[in-house]
Amino acid sequence: MDHIVLVGASAAGLTAADTLRREGFTGTLTMVGDELQLPYDRPPLSKQVLAGDWEPHRSTLRQDTDIQRLDMTLRLGCRATGLDTADRVVTLADGDRLGYDGLIIATGLRPRRLPFGHELAGVHVLRTLDETLTLRAQLLAGPRVVVIGAGFLGSEIAATARGLGLDVTLVDVEPAPMARQVGTWVGGLVGDMHRDHCVRLRMGRHVTGVTGENGRVTAVTLDDGSRLPADVVVVAIGSVPATDWLAASGLPLGDGVLCDRTCRAAPGVYAAGDVANWPHPVAGRRVRLEQRTNATQQAITAAGNLLSGPAEAVPYAPVPFGWTDQYDAKIQTCGWCPSDATVEVVDGDPQARKFVALYKVDGRVVGALGWNSARALREYRGHLTGIDAAR
Amino acid sequence: MKILIDEGKCVGAGTCVLAAADVFDQRDEDGIVVLLDADPPHTSLPQVRDAAARCPALAIEVVE
Repeated sequence: MDHIVLVGASAAGLTAADTLRREGFTGTLTMVGDELQLPYDRPPLSKQVLAGDWEPHRSTLRQDTDIQRLDMTLRLGCRATGLDTADRVVTLADGDRLGYDGLIIATGLRPRRLPFGHELAGVHVLRTLDETLTLRAQLLAGPRVVVIGAGFLGSEIAATARGLGLDVTLVDVEPAPMARQVGTWVGGLVGDMHRDHCVRLRMGRHVTGVTGENGRVTAVTLDDGSRLPADVVVVAIGSVPATDWLAASGLPLGDGVLCDRTCRAAPGVYAAGDVANWPHPVAGRRVRLEQRTNATQQAITAAGNLLSGPAEAVPYAPVPFGWTDQYDAKIQTCGWCPSDATVEVVDGDPQARKFVALYKVDGRVVGALGWNSARALREYRGHLTGIDAAR
Repeated sequence: MKILIDEGKCVGAGTCVLAAADVFDQRDEDGIVVLLDADPPHTSLPQVRDAAARCPALAIEVVE
């Protein structure tokens, strides 16, 4: 194998580069990324960077010297626009064609948008560093913020905006924040925490419109007819895998790039991170994880499997792990925390906002959640015996 | 081998402890990494490197 191309210049792409070099790959390595910045980390964007606690460069994943040591060609600010798996060529937006022997796809996600409102100034999504800095500037200028979508990202943005002293309303169709990710019981506790910090919650409500004047947003309207005045609106209603550039590639696509259990999508082609969908060997079903930890772990496995070849490739069977930081709460999950699971507190006290809860489906433990209990949660990892029972 | 940790970046995922339990632990109160052995024996290098590679916050640096 002489030339490996990595498409995607974030955590998964960079980890793949690290792994390939560490495993002894000495051939040509090219990394393609549609943003201009050197690879940076995304979890701090909605927290430390948006809050202004970190200078933007602190989210950079590697120092320049470490990047140089990887001895790769960086094609930054350049989108991949197509893939030909028969001729093994990646096409770039500037017309260049990159031949490859091995390819790792790590193009991540694109934020989902509302069908209306995004043409107005003051309406934002947050995925990239540039979007974060633009949003931060807007937040500092306008006191009334409406966050649409109360998943991990929306809830974090609401908490950060409150930390900046802004007037924040958090809207979601679900009955509680993060209900889709951690169920309504823990979601209720998350809602309580936001209320304690004077965030206005509008749960169980659909957004019906975003109105503006002179090209700038003025309000968000809800399905009960209420109107939320807004200087800034953040849309955090989830993401879709960035696979549009692969539409004509012949690669199996669905909810992401459909890989086999070793993260392989086609001969010489692997995927890792948010964009990769694969049959989890223990869970017994296809999964796709939008978690920072997965970006690293899956890139290590995918890169290792690309080098070792299909006969030696190992299946990828991680225990999922995610976290969010809001106010003084660190909430971590391991395994699956489906909304239909039975939740049982096994350590600590929810009222004291320090506890561990187990998620059970059909009486088997499929996940665990720790609230300000990082160390205790780790000790419960071994209790996850029923991951195959999680739906 | 020298290990440097950045507590300000650590997110308390505990990935390092799963990779190299002789070298890393977590604080009880907030899960932040605790370095048990800043200069571990050379035999633990593969595990320590793995811990650094898998850290989701890149809070561990290994100087060989």
